[in-house]
Amino acid sequence: MQASNASLPAQAEPSTGAEPNQMAEGRRTWEEKASRLSNRAPKLITTSGIEVPLLATPDSLEGFDYNRDLGHSGEYPYTRGVYTNMYRGRLWTMRQFSGFQTTRDTNQRYKYLLEQGMNGLSVAFDVPTCMGYDSDDVLAEGGTGRCGVAVSSLADMEDLFDGIPLGKISTSLTINGPASIIWAMFIVAAEKQGVSLGQIDGTNQNDILKEYHAQKEYIFPPEPSMRLIVDTIEFSVKHMPKWHPVSISGCHMRETGATAAQELAFTLADGFEYVEATLKRGLDIDEFAPLLSFYFVCHNDFFEEIAKFRAARRIWAREMKEKYSAQNPRSCLMRFHTQTAGCSLTACQPYNNIVRTAYQAMAAVLGGTQSLHTNALDEAFAPPTEMSAKLALRTQQILAHETGVADSIDPLGGSYLVETLTNAMESAAREYFAKIEKLGGVIRGIEDGFFQREITEAAYSRFKEIDSKQRIVVGVNEFVDPADEGVPIPILTIEPHIERERREQLAKLRAERSNEAVRRALDNLRRVAASAENTMPAIIDAVKVYATLGEMVAVLKEEFGTYNEPAEV
Amino acid sequence: MRKRIRVYIATPCLDGHDMAAKLMTFVLRDAGMEVVYGGLRQRPEVIANAAIQEDVDVIGISSHSGFHMPAFTKVLNVLRQQDATNILLTGGGVIPQQDVEMLTKLGVGRLFPPNTTSEEIISYVTQEVEARRSGVA
Repeated sequence: MQASNASLPAQAEPSTGAEPNQMAEGRRTWEEKASRLSNRAPKLITTSGIEVPLLATPDSLEGFDYNRDLGHSGEYPYTRGVYTNMYRGRLWTMRQFSGFQTTRDTNQRYKYLLEQGMNGLSVAFDVPTCMGYDSDDVLAEGGTGRCGVAVSSLADMEDLFDGIPLGKISTSLTINGPASIIWAMFIVAAEKQGVSLGQIDGTNQNDILKEYHAQKEYIFPPEPSMRLIVDTIEFSVKHMPKWHPVSISGCHMRETGATAAQELAFTLADGFEYVEATLKRGLDIDEFAPLLSFYFVCHNDFFEEIAKFRAARRIWAREMKEKYSAQNPRSCLMRFHTQTAGCSLTACQPYNNIVRTAYQAMAAVLGGTQSLHTNALDEAFAPPTEMSAKLALRTQQILAHETGVADSIDPLGGSYLVETLTNAMESAAREYFAKIEKLGGVIRGIEDGFFQREITEAAYSRFKEIDSKQRIVVGVNEFVDPADEGVPIPILTIEPHIERERREQLAKLRAERSNEAVRRALDNLRRVAASAENTMPAIIDAVKVYATLGEMVAVLKEEFGTYNEPAEV
Repeated sequence: MRKRIRVYIATPCLDGHDMAAKLMTFVLRDAGMEVVYGGLRQRPEVIANAAIQEDVDVIGISSHSGFHMPAFTKVLNVLRQQDATNILLTGGGVIPQQDVEMLTKLGVGRLFPPNTTSEEIISYVTQEVEARRSGVA
């Protein structure tokens, strides 16, 4: 059918050129008409509790000032995007979080996805690795290679990137408690490939604060953990200008059950905490702020998510400039990675997950993300199969090359609704900042259980909404079809024999390396940990002689102690 | 008056995914049960012994990172050694179907996948405990 130019619906568009009293009159007439109609829901609120207007109009944006509130892309306060030409210059990085079973399996998957057009790497480590245990530790039983790849020493890191040129691609290391150790293994592996320190490109997650709030993969208490993180920031500033030492993450809080406003507020509050700690070390804001990066989820509530990203950029820029007196414009740029929402994936009717992920990915791009991971349809069950991982990547490629959503910068900028929500998200975040300040800061808030409580309450209220069908989840509590029961899709299985293989590999490593060199390196690490020196050089030295992750973490535990959260609900 | 159902809930081994365990704690408390929340990353032996000491009817284990095989089998072993198999061992999370089948054969109760309704879990726990108390199971 031919599209007709004149077929737009004759709905009254409020004329922006009208006199204010005419506009107010028009608004009253419209509201009167609207109030006589019955709606499917009397009131709709976003996940963050923001009431969604039936019709957003210029009235919703009283006092709106384009230059102050938005600015052009690449200009302060960067609401419309951090770069002048955004995706016209370069599309976002398609960075699929990936890792399972052995370094060999994961290496093959990376190569496969790179052949298919992925252009950034992101390593998923298994739970024992994230908790600082080697694969041959008795506590690793059951977890080895299950939710990610096991990396216990430099040898594993070398195998993981065998044949992948680390000087030509950026890599994200999703690791927190033992981040500096895993990062050191990556640095040495890259150097062994011939890449110089200054050319190594990528990101550590290395955000311990959200571990206490949500993901719970902490090892040491907050204070020494913060010291380790500032050590990595300082090391990057001095030696690795292309590395982002911390990716301040809201993702895990959101996946645990936080609202969009909580994700936004707590992530930024954590970011300010890292800034304060690094300033205390004596670094200048403009030396390190350009190296900080961020990581958010993109969930289902389409416009609220876009508003969240826009508000995040604006708040960060304003705080860096106004509160921390940053002079370098790059210090004000919030660059972020986005992952579609794992918690939105359903085990029931798993093909629906493709659709959810596509919408979420679109919102992330409309929100101006710098890199993106799209979840695979089977991730409610296990790490993705090769087929589902490829389909997830294709979802991004279709978005980038077929839909046109990346062709004009911040295409929803100026939308009455999106600007209204962006303002509402900023206000909600600032309310939380005031609460956190009153508590005495982020670390006091953790000790008080504030973040954990806030997120748990949000999670329970969402759970009850779904349980009582106040919130519809297609295929779960509505549109359920008994024909969909069981698991109709192929699922990746993790072979149990890999645990034995890993134990054998590590026994061989421990027998073949110079244990005397390892002992000396660990003694040195102990000495440095007890001093005020930066820990990175000592960790790198220990990595080079094949000290294991578990051995180094054990030394640091002796010096720093461990952290346990009280079992309270 | 009948004694209220007592439940012990925890996440096992190195698993720190504690939200589902917390939500189940709320759900069962709201349903009138007494729930002892054991916290995250509990060793299976610790879970089993704590549950026996707390004199519970039910142990609920929430597993999301692959530790379900050692977790459930070790808890079950302790319950057998301590002659406490009257305690219902159940739970849920992300557990592959073939492992669910294996654990069920070993004597573990129902393991609930994500997206299960509260109603289903409450009714299962209530019926199982009542059956065990009256000596049917």
